[in-house]
Amino acid sequence: MPADGTANGGIGAATKRREDVRFLTGKGNYTDDINMRGQAYVVFVRSQVAHGVLNGVDTADASAMPGVIRVFTGADFAEVGGVPCGWCVTDKHGEPMQEPKHPVLAEGKVRYVGDAIAAVVAETESQARDAAEAVAVDIEELPAVVDMKAALVEGSTKVHDDLGSNLCYDWGFVEENKDAVEQAMFSAAHVTTLELVNNRLIANALEPRVAIGDYNSAAGDSTLYTTSQNPHVIRLLMGAFVLGIPEHKLRVVAPDVGGGFGSKIFHYAEEAFCTFAAKALNMPVKWTAQRSESFITDAHGRDHVTKIELALDEDNNFTAVRTETYANMGAYLSTFAPSVPTWLHGTLMAGNYKTPVIYVNVKAVFTNTVPVDAYRGAGRPEASFQLERVIDKAARELGVDPIALRRHNFITEFPYATPVAVEYDTGDYNATMDKLEEIGDLSGFEARRAASAEKGLLRGLGVNCYIEACGIAPSSLVGQLGARAGLYESATVRVNATGGLVVMTGSHSHGQGHETAFPQVVADMIGIDASMVEIVHGDTANTPMGMGTYGSRSLAVGGSAMVKATEKIIAKAKKIAAHLMEAADSDIELKDGQFSVAGTDKSVAWGDVTLAAYVPHNYPLEEIEPGLEETAFYDPANFTYPAGAYACEVEVDPETGKVSIASFAAADDFGNIVNPMIVDGQVHGGIGQGIGQALLEHAVYDEDGQLLSGSFMDYAMPRADDVPFYTVDHSCQTPCTHNPLGVKGCGEAGAIGSPPAVVNAVVDALQRAGHDITHIDMPLSPSRVWSAINS
Amino acid sequence: MTQVSMTVNGKAVSVEAEGNTLLSTFLREGLGMTGTHVGCDTSQCGVCVVHVNGRPVKSCNMFAAEAEGAEVATIEGMANEDGSLGVIQQAFQDNHGLQCGFCTPGMVMSAAALLAENPKPSEAEIRAYLSGNLCRCTGYHNIIKSILAASGQEMKVAAE
Repeated sequence: MPADGTANGGIGAATKRREDVRFLTGKGNYTDDINMRGQAYVVFVRSQVAHGVLNGVDTADASAMPGVIRVFTGADFAEVGGVPCGWCVTDKHGEPMQEPKHPVLAEGKVRYVGDAIAAVVAETESQARDAAEAVAVDIEELPAVVDMKAALVEGSTKVHDDLGSNLCYDWGFVEENKDAVEQAMFSAAHVTTLELVNNRLIANALEPRVAIGDYNSAAGDSTLYTTSQNPHVIRLLMGAFVLGIPEHKLRVVAPDVGGGFGSKIFHYAEEAFCTFAAKALNMPVKWTAQRSESFITDAHGRDHVTKIELALDEDNNFTAVRTETYANMGAYLSTFAPSVPTWLHGTLMAGNYKTPVIYVNVKAVFTNTVPVDAYRGAGRPEASFQLERVIDKAARELGVDPIALRRHNFITEFPYATPVAVEYDTGDYNATMDKLEEIGDLSGFEARRAASAEKGLLRGLGVNCYIEACGIAPSSLVGQLGARAGLYESATVRVNATGGLVVMTGSHSHGQGHETAFPQVVADMIGIDASMVEIVHGDTANTPMGMGTYGSRSLAVGGSAMVKATEKIIAKAKKIAAHLMEAADSDIELKDGQFSVAGTDKSVAWGDVTLAAYVPHNYPLEEIEPGLEETAFYDPANFTYPAGAYACEVEVDPETGKVSIASFAAADDFGNIVNPMIVDGQVHGGIGQGIGQALLEHAVYDEDGQLLSGSFMDYAMPRADDVPFYTVDHSCQTPCTHNPLGVKGCGEAGAIGSPPAVVNAVVDALQRAGHDITHIDMPLSPSRVWSAINS
Repeated sequence: MTQVSMTVNGKAVSVEAEGNTLLSTFLREGLGMTGTHVGCDTSQCGVCVVHVNGRPVKSCNMFAAEAEGAEVATIEGMANEDGSLGVIQQAFQDNHGLQCGFCTPGMVMSAAALLAENPKPSEAEIRAYLSGNLCRCTGYHNIIKSILAASGQEMKVAAE
């Protein structure tokens, strides 16, 4: 075992993380830790009003301030493209969505508080900040459009004057099923209806965004250092659509990334600005977001307003689901925003249940707010929340046990084609529910409830299931759905002469422990110690084109690419071994890092073969090339479908309305597991965020479009004393059938599965206490709960 | 600009700084010690926690000049003399008490301050003490477990 205490096992080992050593000793290398020689600093002048005509920007005074190098405005970007959207949704009439231009710096109008109007570049950050105060902005304020339904009223103020309305798209899915759903609702024995809000959230990765542009005038090369989950995507979007720089003249580097949760997927204007300004000024230009700036510039998440109806027959079989959702896009279309309320949401409306017909309608709306895009789970939490809430409500209306009603409607045979266009390959929802009942000790709830009651507290139990589609995804499918990119992943496996390996991947860790988990996979295949494998990621200059890390895809898609590349390595190594041992290729076996000839005692070590590949003195040069390096691109045949069952117990203080999480249990099916320690941690973190959404977090705008929750003093992040220890289990494993690892992905499950459990539990507590309360919108703050009790 | 002198992790340092230079900026930009991070501008997140004269402080909330002559300890000084991880650091690695690592320096420094004043804290005491330190990755589970382990205690899931 190496000195750092890291065990180096293969697939299934709870290997301690090697990256922790640098993070625990202050030796991480985050983007803000980078300073370039001679760099300048940029501070953005941002709109303080949500909507207005930009009559003029006077930069004269600011330009004369000490240290100021140049002040940029929208006019400087006249020859440059807008920030692109990476997904085009087709509406229910077959028309493409309305897609406004998204300038790097505002042109003509400002459209949200935080919209960048000018950029001051100076020798020091404080000089830039002082000079930014001196930029005189002339804005004629317009009424702000904040409420989605009001935004769609005929004659409403338009966020984009050149668009027909504030409607981005009106999407129907599956449109052909609409009438069948209508009929099923009409003939149902019972229909449960629920209107709810999926509250607007802010990802708040603890590392604020940073961008550093650099330009080498001698070579004509641009480099961007940025806080990104997917440097290749940034290079492609920014190079091809914004700045017109071909990939071979543009390098994007994302070093250690301090959390992302989706918010660092997107290409942001600040990245394009710094790259552009570095070339214009021929010097490095650095931007570091202040947290208050993050609140008004990082893409927000969720913000859906939904009505869902669940139809049941007289035997409590689900017969139809219909939902109508208003989804906030904010003022511009962020990179993947249109896909979140549609394909990442509508396709999951079957949940874990065999509902024969489903119709999903989504109206995406422009408002004078920060752009909204994917946040941990992205569309799937919105689907699970409404479905699991309406099922709970139906159970209460029908007087049946909520768990029994779910079990009664579970999909039990696989593969299963849902009526919303996806096919679940494997799953066992009864198994995860059984496991949940065991680890959550659900049969002991009544005793715990009695104990809580003795303390004057109302205890409730909330249970729900979830399913998600992740491992995103088949390029051919997402292309049909409107993606303007492929969604494969890549890996180059480079074996060195002395036997060590470097694996270069297009995926990128922002906390998931790729540097530890990926070597477990590759080392396991060869039968060597995982410490012999190093991961290189986060730099377009030394990794193959890949689409990055989001949608719980890195192991399922990126790991599979590594398997494919390693298979090629092993195939070639076997040829070399066969030559060295004068045997046939087909007789060579590889086990524990030793190549042997079947049925003989002949063997050569892994290192002998790798050395021969690079010192090919005795080598089959007429058959194969020297060297041992292979690349594979893996494009899966389907999404993966992790699923599970979650239980939350809460205690509600009826005097104050305060909700405390008494316990939380999660039984997940992620298919095969590479590193169970990391998987546990991913689930813990997701549950923490889900509890945050359910009880604490809310991005609130006033009617003028001012963000009221614009700091950690106003936006309530979950803290250590808001959450309990969680009981998690992933021993139920139905391996994915279509990727070589049989893995499904675990990064988002916790955030998807936990909000309905918390709300179900609170409603349960209140109903058991005799309150006729069927729903409270998140976050279930003390004031909301108290008001519900006392209304 | 004035000369600001202090001791950081046992080493005397002296760097010119503006009167309004924050201690966090002094450490990161003045000394190039980027282990201390900055995560907010309202002293709410705690990722910048260092020790000043043995007490945990949010270094983004203190001027460097206020630390004149002080003994400052940062994450860079938490390893053992031979370079191996210190007890708290090792407990964080052993218990997966970190993911992206950005809040980790502040968590470790807060944990060290807690254990210095309360060597066997209860779970509730740890949670209360860390209420000024945000983590977005771990749901706090393994951070609490790590600190319990560093204090020689085992985690107990509350069974009521």
